[in-house]
Amino acid sequence: MKKLLYFFGLLLCCGFSLNAQDIPFIKSDQVTAWKNDSSQTVYVLNFWATWCAPCVAELPDFEKLNQTYSDKGVRVILVSTDFRRDVDKRLKPFVERKKLECQVAFMDERTPNNWIDLVSPEWSGAIPATLIVSKGRGFEQFFEKQMHYEELEEAVKAALNN
Amino acid sequence: MKKVFSFLALAAVLVTLSFTTAPVHNGYHVGDIAQDFKLKNVNGKEVSLAGIKKAKGYIVIFTCNHCPYAVAYEDRIIALHKKYSKLGYPVVAINPNDKDVQPADSFDNMKKRAKEKKFPFVYLYDETQEIAKAFGATRTPHVYLLDKERKVRYIGAIDDNHEEPESVKIKYLENAIEELRSGKDVATAETKAIGCTIKWRKSGAAAPKKEKEAVKQ
Repeated sequence: MKKLLYFFGLLLCCGFSLNAQDIPFIKSDQVTAWKNDSSQTVYVLNFWATWCAPCVAELPDFEKLNQTYSDKGVRVILVSTDFRRDVDKRLKPFVERKKLECQVAFMDERTPNNWIDLVSPEWSGAIPATLIVSKGRGFEQFFEKQMHYEELEEAVKAALNN
Repeated sequence: MKKVFSFLALAAVLVTLSFTTAPVHNGYHVGDIAQDFKLKNVNGKEVSLAGIKKAKGYIVIFTCNHCPYAVAYEDRIIALHKKYSKLGYPVVAINPNDKDVQPADSFDNMKKRAKEKKFPFVYLYDETQEIAKAFGATRTPHVYLLDKERKVRYIGAIDDNHEEPESVKIKYLENAIEELRSGKDVATAETKAIGCTIKWRKSGAAAPKKEKEAVKQ
């Protein structure tokens, strides 16, 4: 019985964390770690901000990608480049309101010039930008533009087939 | 073995794809001579670089009204102009965004913003987006420091901290201007910054000039 309760408790917790996900603060070395992960995981790293219209417009496509491919070895992470002072008053309410299921992380770095190239030397710094990468599968593709589902799926499929 | 080959073929296709779909950063590199232009200022007058008297160089900044990163830099851009225009290096701000994609960046809203913030510099409207394309600008804000001969001497960010002006450690642009002023090569000639994508006109949308004609009819 105790065990059962424990499980229910756990379920509740999971449910909670789904409704209001924690937004970890990450440094650029986390991006490097994802890029250097030699497992078969395919990382879809999307750089965005709450006030960026093309970024917000493409979010449903990333959500759909996450729903379709999260159990197939694909991790979608939405890396926010909002202002730090806006994390509590803008980013968190936004993520809750939109009920985002993709993992959201906040890029807690001050000097973009030091980390933009770590994501991709192809990136000029404009958002939205998306990196699809799997070191284990030897795949990397970068986009500096608004993405659409078909394009995302094509790239992810290509990564998974690599 | 066949599988290996088909994988290799696929990989080759992917590599080609990734090259063809990657954003191509055409436009100017450090050392190129930038073209002059004639664009409409918020006061209605056409401005060209050649028309700016006594200039020893130009701080060309692609910026706009709506982008929070651009807004975060407004006061610093004003301060830069106040400091350097009298030394011969005026700020030439250019809004390259399409007003249909981002209505906040229309010419009327540029006029409003320039008035609100009392912009001491020219704020030009690149309505056809040809100048942004020629320069290779991709985001706002995006800086090009030109010398007197319009040679590009620096491309990139204003400084290393968009959010907290008080915590700035490296003023890339000011350093570049100072080096240019003292006749040195710019040590850090290219930097990157997070910015808003330039809002390019949607393909198929009418070009501005045609729109005007349509209005006349």
